[in-house]
Amino acid sequence: MVGIGRRGLLGGTTALLAAPAILHAQPAGGVKIGVVAVQTGPQAALGNQLKEGFALGLRHLDGKLGGLTAETVLIDDELKPDVAVTKVRAALERDKVDFVVGVVFSNILQAIIRPVTESGTILISTNAGPSTFAGRGCNPNFFTTSYNNDQVHSVMGQAAQDAGYKRVFVMVPNYQAGRDAVAGFKSKFQGEVVDEVFVPLTQLDFSAELAKIAAARPDAIFTFMPGGLGVNLVRQYRQAGLATIPFLSTFTVDEATLPAQGDAALGFYSAASWAPNMDNPQNVKFVNDYVAAHNAVPATYAAQAYDAAMLLDSAIRRVNGNLAGKDALRAAIQAADFRSVRGPFKFGVNHYPVQDFWLLKVGRRADGKLETQTERKIFADAVDPYAAECRMR
Amino acid sequence: MMRGVWLPLLALAALAIAPLAGFSASYEMTLMARAMILAMAAVSLSFLVGGAGLVSLGHAASVGVGAYAVAILDANGFTDAAQVLPVAIGAAAIFALLTGAIAIRTSGVHFIMITLAFGQMAFFTASSLSAYGGDDGYTLYSRTEVAGARLLENRLAFHYICLGLLAASWAVASMLLASRFGRVLRAARENAQRAEAVGFTPYPYRLVGYGIAGAMAGVAGVLLVNATEFVSPAMLSWQRSGELLFMVILGGVGRLWGAILGALVFVGLETWLAELTPHWKMIFGPLLVVSVIALRGGLAGLVAPRHG
Amino acid sequence: MTTQLLLVQALNGLQLGILLFLVAAGLTLVFGVMDFINLAHGVQYMLGAYLGASLAAATGSFWWGLVLALPAALLAGLLLEVLVFRHLYARDHLAQVLATFGVILFLNEGVKLVWGAAPLQVPIPALLQGGVEIMPGLQYPIYRIAVLVAGVATACGLWWLVERTRAGMLVRAGASNAPMVSALGVDIGRLFTLVFAFGAMLAGFAGVLAGPIFSVEPGMGDNVLILAFVVIVIGGIGSIRGAFIAALLVGLIDTLGKSLMPDLMRLFLDASAARQTGAALASMLVYIAMAAILAFRPAGLFPVRA
Repeated sequence: MVGIGRRGLLGGTTALLAAPAILHAQPAGGVKIGVVAVQTGPQAALGNQLKEGFALGLRHLDGKLGGLTAETVLIDDELKPDVAVTKVRAALERDKVDFVVGVVFSNILQAIIRPVTESGTILISTNAGPSTFAGRGCNPNFFTTSYNNDQVHSVMGQAAQDAGYKRVFVMVPNYQAGRDAVAGFKSKFQGEVVDEVFVPLTQLDFSAELAKIAAARPDAIFTFMPGGLGVNLVRQYRQAGLATIPFLSTFTVDEATLPAQGDAALGFYSAASWAPNMDNPQNVKFVNDYVAAHNAVPATYAAQAYDAAMLLDSAIRRVNGNLAGKDALRAAIQAADFRSVRGPFKFGVNHYPVQDFWLLKVGRRADGKLETQTERKIFADAVDPYAAECRMR
Repeated sequence: MMRGVWLPLLALAALAIAPLAGFSASYEMTLMARAMILAMAAVSLSFLVGGAGLVSLGHAASVGVGAYAVAILDANGFTDAAQVLPVAIGAAAIFALLTGAIAIRTSGVHFIMITLAFGQMAFFTASSLSAYGGDDGYTLYSRTEVAGARLLENRLAFHYICLGLLAASWAVASMLLASRFGRVLRAARENAQRAEAVGFTPYPYRLVGYGIAGAMAGVAGVLLVNATEFVSPAMLSWQRSGELLFMVILGGVGRLWGAILGALVFVGLETWLAELTPHWKMIFGPLLVVSVIALRGGLAGLVAPRHG
Repeated sequence: MTTQLLLVQALNGLQLGILLFLVAAGLTLVFGVMDFINLAHGVQYMLGAYLGASLAAATGSFWWGLVLALPAALLAGLLLEVLVFRHLYARDHLAQVLATFGVILFLNEGVKLVWGAAPLQVPIPALLQGGVEIMPGLQYPIYRIAVLVAGVATACGLWWLVERTRAGMLVRAGASNAPMVSALGVDIGRLFTLVFAFGAMLAGFAGVLAGPIFSVEPGMGDNVLILAFVVIVIGGIGSIRGAFIAALLVGLIDTLGKSLMPDLMRLFLDASAARQTGAALASMLVYIAMAAILAFRPAGLFPVRA
């Protein structure tokens, strides 16, 4: 080890800090996209869906967006906001990306939105859709192909209301998104909320809460348990014999978690603006090719990222590949002249989609794999509740 | 004590020249600022670990308390450094003194665990602050102002402020350790019974040392929140405390400047490896293992090995 | 809250405690006997879960998965011992923490590379499917009863091994004074390797058992590791008896805290504030308890070393 010596070590220190400065040449007539997708920890499953969805979109477009050869730069946010800021700045200034696409989690979006949009770069979120940027905080350089998070929870509230449930038990993780979920659900559900239970994000065992549910005997439960939390809950809920109580959920049973939940999730409900079984030509092509490539059914994370690729393609085509004219480019994105996998799609004034929302139910595909399937349309052409507060400047 | 000290001085000099030598793009500045701020936090932790023998696994909480003080003041319209700094430093010091008062009663692994416990409590408290974004975190309206001037918005100014404060915290910590106060701390670390036998009760000295380290971490917190214009409970997580500890160990316990090297190398390696492959932890992990097994005394031990 | 619900919650607490004990037992042995902080104990638990899951899938039987995963976990433990840990026994705690953290990073990423980031599914074995109704509308899964039994049996077996056998005597002696044992002519290196491999197998066993209840995913060991550390520190490092009692205590505090705290807070706060503060306090409760116990008994409840 001594052989490394003093000079080597010193050189190493400065070289390490300077290493990111290597310049990447930009292809002529190309377009460069920074894809922010978490690749670290268990949430990487969601980041992978996002990454692969966007990649499939590019493949269907022969690697071109609006005629320009597309190149992607993968940015792993590591689920650490300050790491995300550093890496995104590097992508903007060193790699000179023309667009930033992706982001699974709101806290990461919260951290990177200023550096990206203030540099004049357009940011397209394919999943995180916090209310902060839907209302007064709306931003001309920010678009989302997903939804405002509150909307999805309110779909479940409306569905519970429509089903005539009188007493619903609510259980969410004790963090901001969890509290938003409760608020969203209660905005449409008029009946009694028997109890609201907040569990820690690191919860492993739900048996204490399941006993509470059994004791409360509600008409249904509403829950929002993303990722591994949802895997634990769904299996333990089924094992505890509670499945006779309807399981209404958001972001808890989806194609990213269903492989681990297995049959335990059959018949459980979810809400979204897209489902793999939607019968339109672009969706059939997307789902079939995704399944063929990955032997797994895509989830919304992939679908919305796929849509983002199609959206960018349409916008760049509309401005004839001229990425410098930002106003024209924004107008072209706002026009949303593409065929979404969810059918009708347009943007509202706040750059959040105006779209239909569905109640979904977990069912089995012809090939035996599990997926969420459309049960009933709950809202048509829904505008998020914050859009009215947005004054786009 | 002074052998090998040219190396961190050289590193600081390199950081001082860097923005003038072409490394002035904002991501490079962000990266360097992050490295310097973490180095500052690592120095304050090294003061505890190497100086007082107090291995804290909750040091990120002190950084976080300082950062959250800035955010809470920001939300209430106070952004001037004259108000922000004293409050943030005071809050971090008080947090350290309160938790330290209990923690210092224990020693060894138990001290590690009890500081972890307090760190976790701070983490869960920050996560439940829904007025300040809860788990999502809080985006600052504006960076801290110095006498009404938006000095910190200027990247170059911010760079040199970070550098200056890093050098200052190194100097302050060194002076403290060299003082009579520091000698008592070190004597108590080597042999608590002997220190007591010659008439010193280590407890108050350790507590004051713990408070000082907390205050210094608070300063790092103020800078960190200003660098990212964002604060979230993730800043207080035990993994972050662990990372700080690793910077200290990597650099070499027992030399304050080792922490500076450790932090720079840690941030540099992390960034560089992450550029190479998304599976960079497959390389980083074994690298840690090898560096521990091969490098006794950390990086500092490499340039200035200790002989009895 | 009815008495019946309270009893059910106490049972749930014991259940969590038993699972924690299975992880903590190996940790406290390794820590106590070798004075070695093994942060990688959590990833060994994860490795056990992954090995169990994939071996069960490959053989088509949970039981074969269990039987094969145990020696596999043991081998993985031995491999780690030879490659990494052996070189760290003589080093201070800080070096051990740093190096074993490196092992965590490597294995968490490695598992993701091999099995993917998405959680795996582990079905409950047919023999243990179904449940017993312990209160109206609530089934207590038979599988969980089996885990309880397995945990208690392991605890008894360990107690017998440590208190009543020659190997156990050496382990106890090693925990209180390793140099003395070595001076008496016992090959302390072999004893260490043995204890370590056994600890790794225990962690793997806990992982296999946890598979059908919890989600098998990268990083699943990290939270468990922290709780297991809390357990062994409360119990007194190196004490199996302490680990058992502390694990049950932590399980009970956590479970009862979660179910009672929100109601308790309602005495002081309005309903919605009570729920959130109660939940936040409940997640801190284990740490508050640890801080309190250490404040009064700085070496834990059952200190091994005088």
